[in-house]
Amino acid sequence: MAATETYPEDLKYHREHDWARVEGDEAVLGITWFAQDALGELVHFEPPQSGTTIARDEPYGEIESVKAVSDVIAPLSGEIIEVNQKVVDAPETVNEDPYGEGWLVRIRLADASEPDSLLDVGAYKHVLAEQ
Amino acid sequence: MAQTLQRTPLHDRHVALGARMVPFAGWEMPVQYEGVIEEHRAVRTDAGVFDVSHMGEIEVEGPRAHELLQRLLSNDLDRIEPGEAQYTLLTNERGGIVDDLIAYRLEPFRYLLVVNASNRETDYRWLKEREISGSDVRDVSSDYGLLAVQGPRAIERLGLPPAKPFTFGEGRVDGIEVMVNRTGYTGEDGCELLCMAEDAGRLWDAVLARGATPCGLGARDTLRLEVCYPLHGNDISPETDAISAGLGWTCALDKQFTGAEELRRIKERGPERKLVPFVMEEKAIPRQGMPIEGGGEVTSGTHSPMLDVGIGMGYVPSSAAAPDTELVIDVRGRPRRARVVEKPIYRREETS
Repeated sequence: MAATETYPEDLKYHREHDWARVEGDEAVLGITWFAQDALGELVHFEPPQSGTTIARDEPYGEIESVKAVSDVIAPLSGEIIEVNQKVVDAPETVNEDPYGEGWLVRIRLADASEPDSLLDVGAYKHVLAEQ
Repeated sequence: MAQTLQRTPLHDRHVALGARMVPFAGWEMPVQYEGVIEEHRAVRTDAGVFDVSHMGEIEVEGPRAHELLQRLLSNDLDRIEPGEAQYTLLTNERGGIVDDLIAYRLEPFRYLLVVNASNRETDYRWLKEREISGSDVRDVSSDYGLLAVQGPRAIERLGLPPAKPFTFGEGRVDGIEVMVNRTGYTGEDGCELLCMAEDAGRLWDAVLARGATPCGLGARDTLRLEVCYPLHGNDISPETDAISAGLGWTCALDKQFTGAEELRRIKERGPERKLVPFVMEEKAIPRQGMPIEGGGEVTSGTHSPMLDVGIGMGYVPSSAAAPDTELVIDVRGRPRRARVVEKPIYRREETS
């Protein structure tokens, strides 16, 4: 079942509808409720390879619904240290739990200060209001 | 230039149901209500209803109506009688497909053609320009609403009597007069209900009350692709011929019609490329326009909700068209393996 619309307070957001949960010098990345709702039921996640480097504001993977393909934009720069295999195997996990089981990748941050420039939940909701 | 989108008589009902509305062939249409996969499964297992009022209806009437259509349509109308329908092609001189449509023989000298929304004006002009004395071609699209009710339980839910595919007759659904056409675009049993435009709202409400799931264009596309029905504009077009598209069975090459000579030639020497269905062997979803290694192209692609894999159709060199041939599809720069399969891609028996 699809999740209900929420935007957790403890996450950092990127205006391309991605979130980051910073944990020390690492961060877990995913897409927001808004992004998964706009795409519809997800049926494919094309992840980056472990060990590759991703750059903030650049696409690092692709996510697809029945109808459409979308780039996933990196909210932060860093090195991929883990891909969520559960989402590769069952992409609908993102629809069911976009901030929990439906996380996409874990990275080692390239710049520990970079998260400071991301949006907090209030600013992100402002972005959504403009959509 | 911005163009105002047309709306079907059911527009407000779609919005009220929470449908996601998208532009399609000049119309504002529901692409999904609850979700493509759920709607798709409803049609495969029970019954779904689609608003297809955007499709065009063209009536051809008169003592020479039959003669006119025999010259312009690829299939042989002598094979059907009043009360029967036929899938057929409007072809150009090169054997290309101007449109694919269903001809309903209403009376010996009166036909109703149900055509693709995107080709309604082209088809009408094509027919009108070739009209002969004794045949009257009229675009009657705005007179009607059209609902496709599809699925193994569709007929039962509507309380309609059984009938053979590709037949039609007058009927009533909860008191509303309809033409019940035993045709569809999903590979399932069911019908298409043609009603007066002003009755469309009441008919829609009645069909929903009888338990059909509202379905959008998203599910319509995945359903037709699983059973390899071509979509005009994707898989077939004025630039692709009927033989290469695997639609030779709709062409009565023993009669004279526009492009027949060229089609006979193509059939004789064998087409250079063929439209084939395929299933992905690696995780990837093929999409329209993706190159197929060795000189081919994907014309339709999606994720099959029933098989849970990427599926599609595309043109490949005839040497690579046999079932079981391995194809390599360029998925945004990544080569991904697929295999040519027999039509249809999905058959009910395959699921347990």
